[in-house]
Amino acid sequence: MFRLEARTSTPAWFNLALPLVAIAVALVLCSGLIAVAGAGVIEAYGVMLSASLGDSYAITETLVRAAPMIFTGLAVAIAFRAKFWNIGAEGQLLAGAVASCLVGAIPMPGYLAMLLMAVVGAAAGALIALVPATLRVKFKVDDVVSSLLLNSVIYYALMALIEGPWKDTFSGYPISPPIEDSANFPVLIEGTRLHIGVVVALIAAPVCWFLIARTTLGFRIRVTGENPEAARYGGINVERVLLSTALLSGALAGLAGVGEVGGVHFQVMSDISPGYGYSGIVVAMLARLNPLGVVPAAIFLAAVMTGAEAMSRATGVPAFLSEVIQGTALLAMLVALLFTAYRIRRVGAPA
Amino acid sequence: MSAPLIQMRGITKSFGAVKANDSVDLSVAPGEILGLLGENGAGKTTLMNVLFGAYAPDAGEILIEGRPAAIHNSADALAAGIGMVHQHFHLAPRLTVLENLLIGIPGKFGRIDRAGGLARLNEIGRQHGLNLDPDLPVSALSVGEQQRLEIIKALFRGARLLILDEPTAVLAPTEVDGLFAALRSMAAQGLGIIFISHKLNEVRALTHRCVVLRHGKVAGRVDHPAETTSAQMAKLMCGHEIMPPIKEVSTPGAPVLTLDGVSTSGHGGTPLREVSLFVRAGEILGIAGVSGNGQRALADVISGMLSPSAGSMTIAGKAVAQFSPRELQALGLGRIPEDRMTTGLVTNLPLADSMVLPRIGTEAFSRKGLLDPAAIRAFAEAQIKAYDIRCPGPMTRAGALSGGNLQKALLARELAFDPKVLIVSQPTRGLDIGAARFIHEKFLAMRAKGCGIIVIGEDLEELLMLCDRIAVMYEGRVAGTLSSADATVARLGLLMTGAEGRA
Ligand SMILES: Nc1ncnc2c1ncn2[C@@H]1O[C@H](COP(=O)(O)OP(=O)(O)O)[C@@H](O)[C@H]1O
Ligand SMILES: [Mg+2]
Repeated sequence: MFRLEARTSTPAWFNLALPLVAIAVALVLCSGLIAVAGAGVIEAYGVMLSASLGDSYAITETLVRAAPMIFTGLAVAIAFRAKFWNIGAEGQLLAGAVASCLVGAIPMPGYLAMLLMAVVGAAAGALIALVPATLRVKFKVDDVVSSLLLNSVIYYALMALIEGPWKDTFSGYPISPPIEDSANFPVLIEGTRLHIGVVVALIAAPVCWFLIARTTLGFRIRVTGENPEAARYGGINVERVLLSTALLSGALAGLAGVGEVGGVHFQVMSDISPGYGYSGIVVAMLARLNPLGVVPAAIFLAAVMTGAEAMSRATGVPAFLSEVIQGTALLAMLVALLFTAYRIRRVGAPA
Repeated sequence: MSAPLIQMRGITKSFGAVKANDSVDLSVAPGEILGLLGENGAGKTTLMNVLFGAYAPDAGEILIEGRPAAIHNSADALAAGIGMVHQHFHLAPRLTVLENLLIGIPGKFGRIDRAGGLARLNEIGRQHGLNLDPDLPVSALSVGEQQRLEIIKALFRGARLLILDEPTAVLAPTEVDGLFAALRSMAAQGLGIIFISHKLNEVRALTHRCVVLRHGKVAGRVDHPAETTSAQMAKLMCGHEIMPPIKEVSTPGAPVLTLDGVSTSGHGGTPLREVSLFVRAGEILGIAGVSGNGQRALADVISGMLSPSAGSMTIAGKAVAQFSPRELQALGLGRIPEDRMTTGLVTNLPLADSMVLPRIGTEAFSRKGLLDPAAIRAFAEAQIKAYDIRCPGPMTRAGALSGGNLQKALLARELAFDPKVLIVSQPTRGLDIGAARFIHEKFLAMRAKGCGIIVIGEDLEELLMLCDRIAVMYEGRVAGTLSSADATVARLGLLMTGAEGRA
């Protein structure tokens, strides 16, 4: 018979091993689905791997996809550190996209436009995140529910905009007018879509790590998340920390939207985000809420996404598999997290 | 006495390098109250968790009525008639008393047998004086009532042996009397009881026999606790004599903290009503009283967690303008909260984080919003050394430390900044004699250095030993203040019931 026993300490290598194990478990479980779909498992994963990381162009495509998930992953990781349950990164991303697109469409020098797009997009995301945080601080409204529901509100508001007053008159499609050409983010490697926003995302991760680990605000976020009562007794203004965390988290999610507008789509449409905000939750959990872990976790999910499309074309397995892998990886990670707190122990013969 | 109900033989259980139990033998007869004594970390809880099936022992066996029993989990233990009231309760706060009792008890056709449950509850209440309103949600119960519910729950499931792990640590003195009456009544009906406590006078008053653990081993057995002195038992527990601390004569200086007509409102618990008091430099002021007479509000006001609705406070001669922890700290106040685990520390983070928490924004640990990790670590390491805090290092999870070491850590984090005034609540609650003595000595040393100390406590013996003056709280007011020369348990007791204050 086996049983769970509480651990007193968690070995350090767990932080690295757990996500890897969770990913491996997810891939093994999903291989069953590939087999059911009638394709060879090795072949399918092979196609996924080569299409996402097989050559330099594939790698740039994967990085372009990873960038928004790095931002949303950071947004979720920081929020969850404070136990501000921000499930609203998706809506905050959309708000950032809309705001930056509006600014980017105004003629002005390119570098100024890009800077303003980032500032305004981050501010829009931050404002949206402030809503569930304020409701929680002032009225004790559950932040999981309010931040989640806000996603739909923002999505349908965006739809109403691009179907109505903000519809691109030139094309006639339900998409917004494009930003100025001069506001398009510079591409780093000719012939790829690798834009400057990807670099900003890669820099944002260590910056967030520094913020959490090395600043007094980060300290207050950690303490507030772990024990708000001790934080309050220790002189920390818990409400203010929660609001600051929300602003920070929303701004990061808003930047994800800015990158998509400025570097990838140059306008806003209804499917500008294939759920990057929700993927951010998976990314943050795989990273164990460590900002540095967010980068590899986001790259993994991005590789699964780009790879799944190629695999679908090559083998006929539906590309939805990428979402199944994401979901399974999250579940596997949640189970794996159990083993940071407990160990399995064998006890005597069954009674 | 009759044949043993439970026998534990040669129980050994290690956690890594720590041998928490080392070949421990113990038995309980029906109708017997067995005291299990030992300092913090002696292995009492571990031993009882082995008996209750929470841990598998590395060696040894358990016999129930002479037959070897296989207890692998709490369900096995309950089936074998063993009930346990843990130090931390296991209740569902949103469910009612009755619902908590019926959790996990199969009713007819999957439905809850409410009527049957009520009848059993009333019967248990009648037999042992353990009464509770069946329809109250657990969240509305006091700690003492929740404990009563845990005991009833064990009886409800047909326990013949009841284990109580430091049940009195969370109780007010009056509640202790009620608990003891119930336990005696259960023992009279043939139940076996294992009673864990640090408090020797309680053990002497209640138990029939004692087993003393030290470093996981049986250090001694006491056959007639009532006729054994506390000093003898203390020596078994610690391995050496414990001397009372020496309180030097001191002449108090100017007041370092004054309250003038302080009242509070809008706060759970009893509010303060026009409380005036002061403590002088080099003086220890005790605050006695039956719990729930405004001590909580007093501690909250003085530590900056609650703003008074009327009245004023000064620290070191300066009027307090804003009641916030940071403001008061800056004026020279040191604070140690009543509840170490929930209010004092962040159990999931490194110990060092908890040790710098209240002063993280000050020059000592950060500059312009950036932490100074080297300073934080150096501070924690120095305090761990100076206070002999037993832990692997400053990065250990705070929650892994024992109560005594946690209290030392909290004391260290305040005393390192030489407070002019120190406010502490229940400073030695749950600590063993050795740790409590250490804390007392620190208070007296601070007093000698000219610090004014306010000790809010329920243990009158402790207050009488430490304090220069004792103020008694009754219904949110100071019912009277006695100097150490005038204070006796009897006079304090009178004030505590409000009898003398009204005259
Ligand atoms: N789950 C555990 N993991 C590791 N060490 C433990 C665990 N539980 C208890 N210990 C250690 O075992 C010893 C005995 O602890 P415990 O039984 O709680 O003592 P007591 O209840 O007498 O205070 C202590 O040194 C404690 O640190
Ligand atoms: Mg214990």
